[in-house]
Amino acid sequence: MHEMSIALSIVEAVEERARQEGAGWVSEIELLVGKLAGIEPESLKFCFSAAAAGTLAARALLAIEEPEGVGECGECGMTFPVNFYYAECPACRSLRVKIISGEEFLIQSMTIEEEEE
Amino acid sequence: MCDTCGCSTEGGAVLRKPGQSDYHLHVNEHENAHGEHHSHEHGDHHHEGSGRKVVLEQDVLQKNNLLAERNRGYFEARKIFALNFLSSPGSGKTSLLEKIIPALQQRFPVAVIEGDQQTTNDADRIQALGVPVIQINTGSGCHLDALMVNRAMKELEMQNNSLLCIENVGNLVCPALFDLGEALKVVIISVTEGDDKPLKYPTMFHEADICILNKIDLLPYVEFDAAKCRENAMRVNHHLEWFELSAKTGEGLAALREWLEGKMAQH
Repeated sequence: MHEMSIALSIVEAVEERARQEGAGWVSEIELLVGKLAGIEPESLKFCFSAAAAGTLAARALLAIEEPEGVGECGECGMTFPVNFYYAECPACRSLRVKIISGEEFLIQSMTIEEEEE
Repeated sequence: MCDTCGCSTEGGAVLRKPGQSDYHLHVNEHENAHGEHHSHEHGDHHHEGSGRKVVLEQDVLQKNNLLAERNRGYFEARKIFALNFLSSPGSGKTSLLEKIIPALQQRFPVAVIEGDQQTTNDADRIQALGVPVIQINTGSGCHLDALMVNRAMKELEMQNNSLLCIENVGNLVCPALFDLGEALKVVIISVTEGDDKPLKYPTMFHEADICILNKIDLLPYVEFDAAKCRENAMRVNHHLEWFELSAKTGEGLAALREWLEGKMAQH
């Protein structure tokens, strides 16, 4: 259940920045969670509500974008979608595949409201 | 609540030393936070009803990653070679350390950080070898993070040019995401597990640099295909350095020891 400690780090980062910005509360947080990032978005949402309780982000919606995994073949250079780390190049069957996208795990942005509700 | 000092650190990690029941230190999450909470007046951009979007584009694990880099800098400056040992519970991480440390100690100093949810059992076993050791009890936590290691390494009396073995919490999922500042990640599987483990837990094997297959003395008694397991591991990560050994009988240990000695010499 590393999603809980991750939810806490999201809340901490968001709250720190929200305070700097003088926010009353945070209404939305946009996350980028690649399909290969090793994070379960559903589990993260579940933990987030507990982690955010009593903070400026308590009522924030989590908007999660999930970029697909993309691999690049180390032999023939072809790029193709991958769902797992043990991908095989569909063109030359090589296993020397480098993941070039899908491992992202970012807090993209947040929407802050000026007034306390 | 902490059962030793009564303070409330729900889920917080605690450092312990074997044989010193009165020693315990809480890893305080907020100690490293530099952010002071300012309250700014932002009268100049007032929005009615709708909120304002603030772009962060910040890695979620940034705080851990930055601290891990600080740990890495500390190790580098003191020429400490740090290994992060990862596996499911019971694959033989501590037994392997018990077996290999006495031989390695002849060549260079060794120190150990032990990670478990509870008890100092593993640290007690390592202390019997006469090497500096500290136990991190993560409480409810399922992995070590860079902050816990940062605190532990300051409490550990390490010599320069040491090999530092960090034994992570037994778990093949969560520890993969948390950089501790180590030079290399070592994943251990044992033949009493399934040979498809690298496919079932690919993130861990993808992140690892070295894979050790342990308990090979039991191969005649279990349905485990070592070649198949290696192939599965290589499918997930073709850069993996592969070792097969038995921490119990000592078979195959020499190859790992020589490889580690080579790494320490280059380091």
